[in-house]
Amino acid sequence: MSYPIEIILNRQLADCLAIPVFITDTSGNLLFYNEPAEDILGRRYEDTGEMPVEEWSTIFKSKDENGNLLDPGELPLVRTLHNQLPYFKTFWIESLIGKSIKISVSSYPIIGRNGVFVGAVAIFWSPSEE
Amino acid sequence: MNITIRGVRGSIPTFNPETMLYGGHTSCLEVVEDDCLLVLDAGTGIQNLNLSPNLDVHRIDILLTHLHIDHIQGLGFFKPLFDSSKEVHIWGVGTKTKSLRARIGRYFSPPLFPVYFRNLACKLIIHEIDNSIFNIGPFTIQSQYIIHPGPTVGYRVQSPRGVLTFIPDHEPALGQMKLTNEISWLSGIELASGADILMHDAQYTREEYRMKIGWGHSAMEDTLQFAALANVKKLYLFHHDPMHTDAMLDEMLKGLKENTSYPFPFEMAVEGTRIEL
Repeated sequence: MSYPIEIILNRQLADCLAIPVFITDTSGNLLFYNEPAEDILGRRYEDTGEMPVEEWSTIFKSKDENGNLLDPGELPLVRTLHNQLPYFKTFWIESLIGKSIKISVSSYPIIGRNGVFVGAVAIFWSPSEE
Repeated sequence: MNITIRGVRGSIPTFNPETMLYGGHTSCLEVVEDDCLLVLDAGTGIQNLNLSPNLDVHRIDILLTHLHIDHIQGLGFFKPLFDSSKEVHIWGVGTKTKSLRARIGRYFSPPLFPVYFRNLACKLIIHEIDNSIFNIGPFTIQSQYIIHPGPTVGYRVQSPRGVLTFIPDHEPALGQMKLTNEISWLSGIELASGADILMHDAQYTREEYRMKIGWGHSAMEDTLQFAALANVKKLYLFHHDPMHTDAMLDEMLKGLKENTSYPFPFEMAVEGTRIEL
């Protein structure tokens, strides 16, 4: 079984981009992340392959400007997966080694021509690049 | 399942002394089993089908992969459409904003064509499909979106006698340096998996493909690799470039045979070829 072409084409686009991109299925399982996204995860796609949502969602902690943990329901990608709408948010993420970075995330649903929701994409970038 | 290749050319009908061997008509296959007639694509090759004794049936099903002109140009010249005793079913892809009827209707209207859709004499039934599975007579047919500009599907036609996969326009290597070996990331692979016959886009040589990335077609070498990954039993290289003469196609096939070693037989599709499954 192969992924829907909407997912495949998003991967091919992500593969060509210099900004970090994450692609998930409708349950949030991580299907693909591109090379720039490897810096955020601290892992290589070549090594990990696809990752279940329980695994990749624990790799970094999301925090607000005061250092408080964010409710996962506030995160753009989670909201996109729930509501099938695009979202945007700037927040802080802390990796397993304790490194914090401010980050902006845009997410959008992948809805094919036939109207079927097949996954979501999250694009990360540093707010200083805005 | 009896398959007749009625048109093999891509892009534009190409008739000249240098294309007589492989043929100049655009995409069309005739598929028959148990008095059930399927027409895969309605390129100018459908003109050859007008003389087929297999047209002597009440119902005809036309399955369109997409609506680029080389795949529908013959539709307006298909005799059963103008025969009130016939029931013609057209299967194809609509979009969120335009129905299949409206999209084909752009072809069946002036200034492109003098006869409106609504004036066709046959009993016409339109079926919108996308990632679908449906039955026609002895056939179970799977359609699935594949990578090609605009809404495009490939077809897997299965009967008790075997599987034919028809993907005449396809660029699975788009955005990659070469075709991926990861099956789950390969467009169209499910349609082709284990097929007895695969008819697949092979419009370009590797060198030509480098100049035409994103045009929606495949390099011959990628098509061979795709067929290998799908474990097909036989491959026909299809949708010949209009600039490829018989001599060039002969030479390209020879080069592919000499430089590759795949476990399945492959050849260039030739107009008029009959295949029995």
